[in-house]
Amino acid sequence: MKFSVSWLRDHLEFDAPLEVLSEKLTSIGLEVEEITDRAKELEAFRVCHVLKAEQHPDADRLRVCQVDTGTETVQVVCGAPNAKTGMKGVFAPSGVYVPGTDLLLKPSKIRGVESNGMLVSEREMGVSDEHDGIIELPENTEIGLQYAVLAGLDDPIIEIAITPNHQDALGVYGIARDLAAGGFGTLKALDTSVVEGVYDSPIDVELRFEASEDPLPCSKFLGRYVRGIKNGPSPKWMQDRLMSIGLRPISALVDITNFVTFDLGRPLHVFDADKLNGNIQPRFARDGETVLALDGEEYTLSSADCVIADDSAPQGIGGVMGGETSGCTEETVNVFIEAALFDPICIATTGRRLNIESDARYRFERGVDPDFVETGMEIATRLVMELCGGEPSHVVSDGSGPEWKKQVNLRKTRVKDLGGIEVSVDEMMQTLDRLGFNPQDAGDSILTDVPSWRMDIDGEADLVEEVMRVHGYDNIPAVPLPRLTTVAMPSVNIAQRRVRTAKRALACRGMIEAVTYSFLPRAHADLFGGVDDSIVLANPISSDLDAMRPSLLPNLVAAAGRNQARGYNDICLFEVAGEYHSDAPDGQKTVAAGIRAGASGGRHWDGAGRAYDLFDVKADVLDLLEAVGGPAATAQITTGAPEWYHPGRSGVVQLGPKNRLAVFGELHPAVLDAMKVKGPVMGFELYLDNIPKPKGARKTAKDPLKVSDYQAVERDFAFIMDADVPSDKVLRAAKGADKKLISEATIFDIYEGASVGEGMKSVALSVRLEPKDGTLTDEEIEAVAAKVIANVEKTSGGTLRR
Amino acid sequence: MQDIETLESELLSEINNANDLDTLEAVRISALGKKGRVSLMMRGLGKMSPDERQVVAPKLNNLKQSITVAIDNAKAALNLAAMQARLSSERVDVTLPVRPEMQGRIHPISQVMDEITEIFADMGFTIAEGPDVEDDFHNFTALNIPPEHPARQMHDTFYFPEKEDGSRQLLRTHTSSVQVRTMQSVKPPHRIVVPGRTYRSDSDQTHTPMFNQIEGLVIDKTSHMGHLKGVLKEFCRAFFEVDDVEMRFRPSYFPFTEPSAEMDIRCTFAGDHIKIGEGDDWMEILGCGMVNPKVLAHCGIDPNEYQGFAWGMGIDRIAMLKYGIPDLRAFFDSDLRWLKHYGFVPMDVPTIGGGLSR
Repeated sequence: MKFSVSWLRDHLEFDAPLEVLSEKLTSIGLEVEEITDRAKELEAFRVCHVLKAEQHPDADRLRVCQVDTGTETVQVVCGAPNAKTGMKGVFAPSGVYVPGTDLLLKPSKIRGVESNGMLVSEREMGVSDEHDGIIELPENTEIGLQYAVLAGLDDPIIEIAITPNHQDALGVYGIARDLAAGGFGTLKALDTSVVEGVYDSPIDVELRFEASEDPLPCSKFLGRYVRGIKNGPSPKWMQDRLMSIGLRPISALVDITNFVTFDLGRPLHVFDADKLNGNIQPRFARDGETVLALDGEEYTLSSADCVIADDSAPQGIGGVMGGETSGCTEETVNVFIEAALFDPICIATTGRRLNIESDARYRFERGVDPDFVETGMEIATRLVMELCGGEPSHVVSDGSGPEWKKQVNLRKTRVKDLGGIEVSVDEMMQTLDRLGFNPQDAGDSILTDVPSWRMDIDGEADLVEEVMRVHGYDNIPAVPLPRLTTVAMPSVNIAQRRVRTAKRALACRGMIEAVTYSFLPRAHADLFGGVDDSIVLANPISSDLDAMRPSLLPNLVAAAGRNQARGYNDICLFEVAGEYHSDAPDGQKTVAAGIRAGASGGRHWDGAGRAYDLFDVKADVLDLLEAVGGPAATAQITTGAPEWYHPGRSGVVQLGPKNRLAVFGELHPAVLDAMKVKGPVMGFELYLDNIPKPKGARKTAKDPLKVSDYQAVERDFAFIMDADVPSDKVLRAAKGADKKLISEATIFDIYEGASVGEGMKSVALSVRLEPKDGTLTDEEIEAVAAKVIANVEKTSGGTLRR
Repeated sequence: MQDIETLESELLSEINNANDLDTLEAVRISALGKKGRVSLMMRGLGKMSPDERQVVAPKLNNLKQSITVAIDNAKAALNLAAMQARLSSERVDVTLPVRPEMQGRIHPISQVMDEITEIFADMGFTIAEGPDVEDDFHNFTALNIPPEHPARQMHDTFYFPEKEDGSRQLLRTHTSSVQVRTMQSVKPPHRIVVPGRTYRSDSDQTHTPMFNQIEGLVIDKTSHMGHLKGVLKEFCRAFFEVDDVEMRFRPSYFPFTEPSAEMDIRCTFAGDHIKIGEGDDWMEILGCGMVNPKVLAHCGIDPNEYQGFAWGMGIDRIAMLKYGIPDLRAFFDSDLRWLKHYGFVPMDVPTIGGGLSR
């Protein structure tokens, strides 16, 4: 909402400077967004006297002027054809910024002649498009006067943000009323006198809605005929007001409707009465009915839209936009003025569906003062008669408007209890009185009548806000929130703690955390298992962001592609966030996922980097599992990762077949091809929600450390077996041979080649024996070794290599 | 006994002449080995008379002692010389770069989220979370935003397809939906903060369709707007790590709070940098207010018994403010150069005791 300071002065008497006004507006909830003060911008542009204008010695089109600025005489080279001796013009000195040409003036030489400052045109000052020459002012204009003052541009324009509850401030009068209630200035009374009609309106009004309709889309309609008018341009004062807030003057009748809308927050419409056929009937549109609106567009209406029709057709979309066919023109001689009330929801629905933004819609969908229809009509009639002449009829009307009267109670303790600030009962009463609430002291509470222009007020908390915003939010003392415990309790649960730990753990492994969008192109989702239609957006911001991601990997892979395109090929990225499988609350799963592409280390004087392989991401998964307190040691590693992984180079970490903790491996080359990303890329996804939570009572004590003082023994074995026997199985068999004695088993060599046979491999194991009760004898060692051999041979189907 | 003295001078001369450890070892064996000359003479003592022995034995012992010492000294000298020779040949260019290692980083959003939750944890808040895909009730209706409320137009909501029953799920436009979920499922009092992803259909220089918010909620029987101000003051002071932050509360409007306010903090713009807490400008950082009694009622809490306040702010935005990050869109672009530059090293875990940032 924009207005100028002088417009505000039409309704409010005040002396305070602009800064104080601005602060007051913000402090009562009408936040100042911008103040445009042309007088300040153009402060240096002042009236001057051209003492002498002579031909430039070396340029036909230039003149050398001696200019009296009021404080000194300077020489200016000027290219304007109208620069002449004795004229009064506008001068801008060196060092000044010229807004129309985006230029900072500097002393210079033009074709060898010194020039200081500039004689300017209106366009150069940015005040109009006028550029036929420099400004010429009347001879008697005082030298040194600010041009902005002379031209009436010294009227700052204030733009305020209007919150949805402040429908009362959508007119300059309403802003003045709120400022006055807030103790700033004195409100001037509106002229609400009644214009007597001198005949019966030839056009009547009838609301055509079912009585059962609640609320009525149009609950009140006032009309008035004015005959014998002459529509021409509106007077300068009205044009200035409208132009100051960026509206284009059109004709007196149109300007009146705009002016009343912005001045009083009261939208109006004026029909050319001679173009109407019969009487006015606000009604629902018929499905498919069309109307040509004032914006030149033809709109197709539905039975939920309220139209203002005559006997033959809709003449306007009620409360949204008037119709073109019955609009006023220069030739209009008889008019029918409309002042009506529309239901906010109906207006909002129609406006949104037809995508019409209008000043009327903006006000009606927020709520227009239901007790200001008659006054609005009188003011409009008076303006029409003042500007266009004519003779008014009696007012015709139908409907009584919505029931708006309500009373709200404010307990006297409530401002303190809710607002945390002590305000005296006297002050509460005075504030509410100034705001129009007619407060009555009712013992423990104050009973108020909500004014017609405050439709947002419907509870005690609203009244607390009213008292507080006038008293000043800045006066609320800051009070510390009482501590619940001397030392704060933990703020996170185990799942939240795991998310935090996962991020730090992966970053400690040299991975870089990314945060990517939760949505992605559906084509990418399809590469990673696809998504259900229920989580594909109906109104995506672009087709590239239309589906919720079923996995964190595709966005990370796409990020890898973007980084590759920038020339970065060694990429370790991770993200810990949600993936989505349905539109239900439990369809969102928390996952830690990462990718590694390129090489670890990169090229270096000590050797080339090592290309990442699946064991890097397997290490990520196991380390991460350990870091978040998962069962890293007991989880099984198996095959069967989802289809976006390489079928032969991927694995699953699980706790039994039903609880999948993580998947990892090389990403499927076809997936990378489809996303145009250079491979190979390793990836992992760890399902944090699937990690079992500790059971039973919380316990911080660790199990006691059991170490043996007896000599440990290591024994090596090599077995030949089928190449596809999983190593994990071999290790488990070796360890299982004697759980008490064997503390560790590791694989230190894998060999495949002709010497061990086609399709076979040699697996070399090292087994560590840690006796607890005494040093092992050779016999005992041999006995354990035999058990290891037997167990491994049995499990793997292999044989000991001898 | 001339023999002993001669032998001593001979051996000492051999030791002196030994230029390397092998030669020295040969001298040692020839003197003190089993068949060495000194050893043989020692053995001869047994055949002597007691009187003779009494004279010769000490001399022989002295000889052995002196030779042993001489060899040890010579050995040490040779070792030292050998080490010096080796060290003078062993040189590397210490200016060569180290072997490259990947440097991990924490995203500014995670870091700032940790900082914020650390501060609120100290004030007795716990963290609550909820789903990104929400229903109309939790995101709008329960928060006093009925279907045709003009406030719904302020939220450019992402919707999912309409279902058979006419309902449609949406992406939450604010974390306030979690307020509702918490109040519905847990009995008051409440002190929660809710960090999370939020979505609005908006994309330009300063808006991304996904962004991060943190929401706070306090519900009990006595907390009022003064407490709200107190909490936010402490938060700003702690978060921006300054002694004091001047704040400005302005009346505003949110359907879910009444009274409502927006909070600005004092700041100054110096070139690319924003200084918080001083200067002559104001920067809006959050919206807040007392929870609207209608919201409490929607969530099954008696507004005559309980009251409280809520606030919400953009995590991305205050991360940009605190750490001087210019462009919001870059947060979600995963440019390695950006992540390395604006990211945080993993061990920089923000804590109240240890400090939020370096």
